[in-house]
Amino acid sequence: MSTTTEELADKRPLHPLIDKAQYGLAAFLALAGGYVLYDAAMLDDAFADQPVQPYTLPFIVGGGLVLLGILLAVATARGDRPEAEEGEDIDLTQGTDVRTVGLLALVLIGNILLIDWLGWAITGAFVFAGAATVLGSRNWVRNITVGVALSVGSWYAFYVLLGVPIPAGILDGVL
Amino acid sequence: MDLLLDGFATALTPENLLFATIGVLLGTAVGVLPGIGPAMTLALLLPVTYSVGADSAIIMFAGIYYGGMYGGSTTSILLNTPGESSSVITAIEGNKMAKAGRASQALATAAIGSFVAGTIATVLLWVVTPFVADVVVTLGSPSYLALMLLALFAVTAVLGSSKLRGFIALFLGLAVGLVGTSTGQARLTFGNPLLADGIDIVVVAVALFAIGEALWVAAHLRHKPLEIIPVGQPWMNKEDWRRSWKPWLRGTAFGFPFGALPAGGAELPTFLSYATEKKLSRHPEEFGHGAIEGVAGPEAANNASAAGTLVPLLALGLPTTATAAIMLVALQGYGFQTGPTLMDDHPDLVWALLASLFVANTLLLIINLPMAPLWAKLLRIPRPYLYAGILFFASLGAYSVNFQAFDLALLLAIGALGFFMRRFGIPVLPLIIGVILGPKIEEQLTTALKISQGDVSTLWSEPVAVVVYAVMALLLVAMAVTGARKPSPSESPLLDAPGDSNDNKELVER
Repeated sequence: MSTTTEELADKRPLHPLIDKAQYGLAAFLALAGGYVLYDAAMLDDAFADQPVQPYTLPFIVGGGLVLLGILLAVATARGDRPEAEEGEDIDLTQGTDVRTVGLLALVLIGNILLIDWLGWAITGAFVFAGAATVLGSRNWVRNITVGVALSVGSWYAFYVLLGVPIPAGILDGVL
Repeated sequence: MDLLLDGFATALTPENLLFATIGVLLGTAVGVLPGIGPAMTLALLLPVTYSVGADSAIIMFAGIYYGGMYGGSTTSILLNTPGESSSVITAIEGNKMAKAGRASQALATAAIGSFVAGTIATVLLWVVTPFVADVVVTLGSPSYLALMLLALFAVTAVLGSSKLRGFIALFLGLAVGLVGTSTGQARLTFGNPLLADGIDIVVVAVALFAIGEALWVAAHLRHKPLEIIPVGQPWMNKEDWRRSWKPWLRGTAFGFPFGALPAGGAELPTFLSYATEKKLSRHPEEFGHGAIEGVAGPEAANNASAAGTLVPLLALGLPTTATAAIMLVALQGYGFQTGPTLMDDHPDLVWALLASLFVANTLLLIINLPMAPLWAKLLRIPRPYLYAGILFFASLGAYSVNFQAFDLALLLAIGALGFFMRRFGIPVLPLIIGVILGPKIEEQLTTALKISQGDVSTLWSEPVAVVVYAVMALLLVAMAVTGARKPSPSESPLLDAPGDSNDNKELVER
């Protein structure tokens, strides 16, 4: 008899807790689908030469997203769990490093906000040096040197080799 | 035949040979970097090809394509972690060989096998593609629509472990594909004029493959570096050759037809090839412990199937793998109208591509075998620099499309989506194919209904369309039956690769 209880105890980790975060994804799908439906409802009827109404496909897609959101929520409640993607440099045994991802996102946001003003030659270096630092490379001087070399190098590579001038921003006339 | 010779004439000019060489080197260098599979390699290097002339760009791209695939298999063998699911077998068996001190032979049989398979498959392409294209051109919109739906369905529901997640990815992709004013009215543009032309597919591809992946890895970065097996000059002795050549040919025979089907996928032929070699081998006990046939066959199958995917891509405009999807994006970026008319409209460029695949494949062997030890050094690149570099080049690639900061914002937003897709195990492929094919489906539907003046029954009025829908119905029934028998589809034997060959055999038989 004791073996059965042991087996039960052994099996429990195979059916772990519900992945609650999946409800968030389900909600996102339902919301996105809802917006697609709303957007479709705002469209006018087609011109006479358009046999397919502009809102036909959006209604299908939006409805599909809402339905999939519901299905995912149901599947989640029934214990369905995702298998996160693995890879060469990925170690899924540790938890998610939210801080690193957040900081990387901030670096990319900084690039978006500054690129029109400072130009790629500067913000590109910022992206590389910033990301390398966030990811754990503590050698500041080398991070920045490599970043500047990459960004200025890529600017000239595009300009000279490909004939495409990337907007230079604040360095207009200097580069 | 003349067209093929013209193609070679284009591909073999000194300038274009240079571009092919650059492409092969770039493709291998990026492809060999850990964490970068062939699809991401193509996505990252795509912008570079945009600014050279169309034929040079295509030739360079063919080099990147084969280089990226070769680089990926090198990584798999030396690190025991597959870059994509089609190289799972190479990773298992090849790494076992490498650990047993036979890394050089594993790399050699993979490289030469890829060359053999690539060469045969390219020749088959020359024969099959024009034939298929000729047939397809005679098809009407209803049939073409049916074929596109089949491709979507196959990529979404047949491949991958979770159908639900496949459909989630597909519908997200279709929603992204709706953005724009192609119907004359603004759909999902949020009133932003920058979205009027839709979301640039390059931005979507780079965001999903590069940003999403880099963020995902950053969240789970392995702190203990992987063990890298030192490698010398790849070589094989007589015994290795004797054991390799048949698996190469059989692998090619498995790979090409699977790739050429509009349902696509490279996993199945690699698993089939592995199971076959194990059955036919005189040393079945070596399988799972580093049998050279277990690398030679699957790797040839993988390469042949990759070449085979060019049949639906060039003849139909249907991408069935991630790499093929990026290739389609590239062709559109070079200004081609992809689809059944591509072969008729641009025979010179299509044949330049087909010829340069051959050239690239040959260059690859000549350049890469001697350089393997050098490529292996790239595996030691410090991870902060690797992933910072990916973010850097992804940003550059997205920005270089229009020089709009807005594209970088889209890049981050879709990259975040890519991150969460990896978190929730949602496949990327159906999404990207949904973005590409969604607008085309609407277009074909419109064309078909215009001709029939709104009569919906036209959609199943052609025999090909009827057959395709019947196939889809059969697949659906088969899925329902297996689904009822096995209620939990959540286990994926493709992704956990503990090296137990029995697991893989089971998968093949299923």
